[in-house]
Amino acid sequence: MNIHEYQAKAILAEFGVPVPRGVLALSIDEAVEAAVSLGGSVWVVKAQIHAGGRGKAGGVRICRSMEEVRTAAETLLGSLLVTKQTGDAGKQVNRLYVEEGLNIASEFYLSLLVDRESEKVAFVASPAGGMDIEEVAEATPEKILTLAVNAEQVSTSEESHKIADFLGLQGKQVEACTGLLANLHRAFCEKDGSMLELNPLVLTTEGELVALDAKFIADSNALYRQPDILELRDVDEEDPREIEASKFGLNYIALDGHIGCMVNGAGLAMATMDIIQLKGDRPANFLDVGGGVTVDTVCEAFKLLFSDHHVKAVLVNIFGGIVRCDVIANGLLEAIKTHPMNVPVVMRLVGTNEEEGRALVKEAGLDVRWAEDLDQAAEFAVAAAGGE
Amino acid sequence: MAVLLDKQTRVICQGFTGKQGSFHSSQMIDYGTCFVGGVTPGKGGQSHLSRSVFNSVSDAVEQEGAEATVIFVPPRFAADAIVEAAVAGIQLIACITEGIPVLDMLSVKEKLAGIDCILIGPNCPGIITPGEAKIGIMPGHIHKPGRVGVISRSGTLTYEAVDQLTRTGLGQSTCIGMGGDPIHGMDFIDALKLFEADEQTEGVVMIGEIGGSDEEHAAAYIRDHISKPVVGFIAGATAPKGKRMGHAGAIISGGKGTADAKFSALETAGVCVERNPTLLGQRMLELLS
Repeated sequence: MNIHEYQAKAILAEFGVPVPRGVLALSIDEAVEAAVSLGGSVWVVKAQIHAGGRGKAGGVRICRSMEEVRTAAETLLGSLLVTKQTGDAGKQVNRLYVEEGLNIASEFYLSLLVDRESEKVAFVASPAGGMDIEEVAEATPEKILTLAVNAEQVSTSEESHKIADFLGLQGKQVEACTGLLANLHRAFCEKDGSMLELNPLVLTTEGELVALDAKFIADSNALYRQPDILELRDVDEEDPREIEASKFGLNYIALDGHIGCMVNGAGLAMATMDIIQLKGDRPANFLDVGGGVTVDTVCEAFKLLFSDHHVKAVLVNIFGGIVRCDVIANGLLEAIKTHPMNVPVVMRLVGTNEEEGRALVKEAGLDVRWAEDLDQAAEFAVAAAGGE
Repeated sequence: MAVLLDKQTRVICQGFTGKQGSFHSSQMIDYGTCFVGGVTPGKGGQSHLSRSVFNSVSDAVEQEGAEATVIFVPPRFAADAIVEAAVAGIQLIACITEGIPVLDMLSVKEKLAGIDCILIGPNCPGIITPGEAKIGIMPGHIHKPGRVGVISRSGTLTYEAVDQLTRTGLGQSTCIGMGGDPIHGMDFIDALKLFEADEQTEGVVMIGEIGGSDEEHAAAYIRDHISKPVVGFIAGATAPKGKRMGHAGAIISGGKGTADAKFSALETAGVCVERNPTLLGQRMLELLS
């Protein structure tokens, strides 16, 4: 689960990580008030959206007067910010974070993540701060240090010295770096992070290491024991269809094609999307109804597909194991009571109770096209959707 | 001879008396698995599905000689359940539970490091040796004893491949679902090694998906060590970057873990790559004819 920069910084501050002083602003006036309360002569107005690449997209404005703060807030609030990570549609800016400006001597990159290779928590550090770290990794891999550490121990001083050296820190800064790494590690583990990224981490001219930017992604599987993090969820950042689906425990991701998919199992759901593309069209969504489905959740899933105006045809691909085909059929019959089947539906129902499932749909006289296998189902759905 | 699991393997279930545990345990018993009991703390001494219930895994090991376990314990207790089984001397642990926090799994891996056991999963369908035994949640009836080993990160997509292998008449030696989590037990290489050494297995179908680099490592291993034909598929060619596609491990991050990169690694290693998930059985039939 993603949270905003200002929320991530509040967590870091709790763990003793130095962050710039800042105030959240939801209106233009609040932004100006924030700058006044912070004092000083330089402020940074930052758009709060769940996507990186804000700087390059104009979402971070450095201001040297109250007028500039006001103008920046006016420009950003309510605007659509299109960054490398938002896709072409962009994301609407609803929140601003106003921070004091710092005197920056140098910038670094520092992150913590769960490293699948070493099966440990790892620090990733680079002296090339403030840049797109993927590009740095591509062009100059020697500028990146990955250091796996023990998940249950605070990083040792040997590890911290390695990172401090790599970043080119000296003297008292090395000590500050050691403390910083230990605190970051503690925040990451205690808050169940799956990623914590400071890009950049800066060294100020006063010699202090400060997290100028912060991104935190929490492990969705651990939210049951992180009620504070769960409260930080910002539904404005999510697709309304995904929010609706999540209410019913459906695994749903909105995509930009126009064949609606309903599948059981994540792998089969992805494979169904892939074969639609192979047959010349694109999926409107990823939807895994999961193993524990009921007639109600299937019904909600169908409603979601039928009420999505992007959807020109629906492909149902069920390989029943735990999931019973009759439950899927009953879910469909329930859904059409309120949401008429206004697009062609192609069904492939095999596995547990497939005869019962098919019989239910046929008895109800529904105009559904039956497919023998997934290949045929994809062909029928692509034909029914009528091409791009 | 198949791998890891046969008719003689003595199996227990952790989370035996729960809803999931009960349902799937009875399915495993019906399939002919040598199912010797289950564990539910506090219910030791009772009987369930005509099998003994134990308070702990070590009781089941001592009294019933349990060798393998299937875990249906809820996410917040599942990590401890895995470690308990390993410490008690269980050789084969299949963890079906979905939703275990990733930091918990890191600690499980650390604790299992010095112990001689094999973990399958978590977040997986389990393992089946058709006609012999099954430990997990896969529908038994679609399988058929035969010539092809299956290793996969997905559940239902494995059923799809299994169904094709059954229809082509090839059947399966053993099918292993390694699970959809980023931190997991057995991987492709572990399974390939076993299938290469197994006389019954003549070819391997491997099903990967986006995220991580297990498939790339497997490709290198296949190139150097596997003589049997391998058919490979990767799910998620159409998945957007940065989105978690149902499985916790199925996410393309930092431009790494794409389906294209994995397909091409497998292709370079001499794997028969098939981009249409409905033709995996057909491809294997061609290779083995």
